Amino acid sequence: MTNEIIKVDGVTKIFKHVKAVDNVSLSIKKGDIVSIIGPSGSGKSTLIRCINGLEIPDSGEIYIDGEKVDFGNDKNLEQMRLKIGFVFQHFNLFPHLTVLENLTLAPINVLGKSEEDAKALAETLLNRVGLLDKKDSYPAQLSGGQKQRVAIARCLCMQPEVFLFDEPTSALDPEMIGEVLDVMQELASEGTTMIIVTHEMGFAKKVSSRVVFMDKGEIVEQGSATDIFDHPQSARLQEFLSKVLRS
Amino acid sequence: MEILSVFLTPENIQYMLKGALMSVVVAVCSLFFGTILGVLGAAAKMSRNKFIKMLGGVYVQIIRGTPMMLQILFFYLGGPVIWKFLFGRVFTPNPFVVGIIAISINSGAYSTELIRSAIQSIDKGQWEASKALGLTYKQMMKLVILPQSFKRILPPFISEFITLIKDSSLLSSIGAVELLTSAKVLGANYYNYIVPLCMASVVYLVMTMTISYFANKLERRLAESD
Ligand SMILES: Nc1ncnc2c1ncn2[C@@H]1O[C@H](COP(=O)(O)OP(=O)(O)OP(=O)(O)O)[C@@H](O)[C@H]1O
Ligand SMILES: [Mg+2]
Repeated sequence: MTNEIIKVDGVTKIFKHVKAVDNVSLSIKKGDIVSIIGPSGSGKSTLIRCINGLEIPDSGEIYIDGEKVDFGNDKNLEQMRLKIGFVFQHFNLFPHLTVLENLTLAPINVLGKSEEDAKALAETLLNRVGLLDKKDSYPAQLSGGQKQRVAIARCLCMQPEVFLFDEPTSALDPEMIGEVLDVMQELASEGTTMIIVTHEMGFAKKVSSRVVFMDKGEIVEQGSATDIFDHPQSARLQEFLSKVLRS
Repeated sequence: MEILSVFLTPENIQYMLKGALMSVVVAVCSLFFGTILGVLGAAAKMSRNKFIKMLGGVYVQIIRGTPMMLQILFFYLGGPVIWKFLFGRVFTPNPFVVGIIAISINSGAYSTELIRSAIQSIDKGQWEASKALGLTYKQMMKLVILPQSFKRILPPFISEFITLIKDSSLLSSIGAVELLTSAKVLGANYYNYIVPLCMASVVYLVMTMTISYFANKLERRLAESD
């Protein structure tokens, strides 16, 4: 087998009248760091939500680790999601649980870990994102940047093979973006496989092994960070870059 | 003042408090069984099975769309007829038992909507995060959604309890001796309804205000952990 971890093969997703994702194919290898950029409404979120089954494609196939995902089978979806960590724009921490409980919930209930093991791992990972002292706090007592770091640590606790980030810094105050990007940068430097939907062009340029540009549900162009940012080929990408880089 | 002392004999007071106790019993039992029906109803209304979902909808629609008084009379007057038809035996219904059944079924329809709307008011990000972490539907409900819904259900459930205390008075029309009936009986004995009805009002107010008081305390306590 190759080291291809995710294969998206001709996926289309239609909402009522909108073709959110239009016949997209994409291949992700272990260790890849792929940024997805593109204008609002271009289908970036929908694409990565299809990858972990939060949206069900209308046609096309998705393979995780060489295995075809059966979207009609809940058991299969649950299994497949174990290999994928998903970080949301709005964190989606569980407000009724402490930070530590947020981190141990899935390892205990889904992976069947003992409470001690789950706690020990959670504390190590909280320490890594610099929030061990917040382990007994509730999410409401944290800043946005801290919430997102907890959310990343919550994913890390499941030890997934690939991370999907859906605009992880878009809901943050500007002064908190840096702390979250630092954590992501560290993950990247450790060889973590990541797909990052982002509007942070500087960050995308710095960490990506590949950049994918989407527009109107299609992948218009992809290539290395230098290809995409310094030598854009298509008119749509040139126009998009001139808009975002000017602002 | 003289008229008050005529009414406020130990026997009369005891008689009325006994009525009040029965009102509370009716309300507590109805809240209990109504909650069970509400959980079932909410599960039905959120079911993926279209038929079960429809049953839940019909239950809520019929109960909330008809008067409670009619429902009570239906069970009290119609129940024995149906019983005789089904089992061929005659029986005289106990007004309390019939009343609790009718009020529970009524309260269950309102609880169905309370529970359903509390569950569906939980942010969809909570469902998505649970899914993304690999939780099964059951685990999601038990560990993430229901604990959060509980806090939102509690305040309307307490108002439902207060409503039930008052609604139990409808059973006076089928001869159950609860608080309102006891006031009517005393009124008939003395040819004076104003005083016993006022006394009953005071007892109702004491009960409902006590519940409100503790409810407020509880709500404040729950709000603290937010
Ligand atoms: N649940 C939904 N129901 C209906 N339409 C939807 C839904 N989700 C997305 N869409 C539509 O699909 C298209 C693609 O949306 P998507 O959220 O994937 O874009 P995006 O690239 O992530 O945009 P943004 O940068 O604003 O997050 C949009 O036109 C959007 O309105
Ligand atoms: Mg998006």
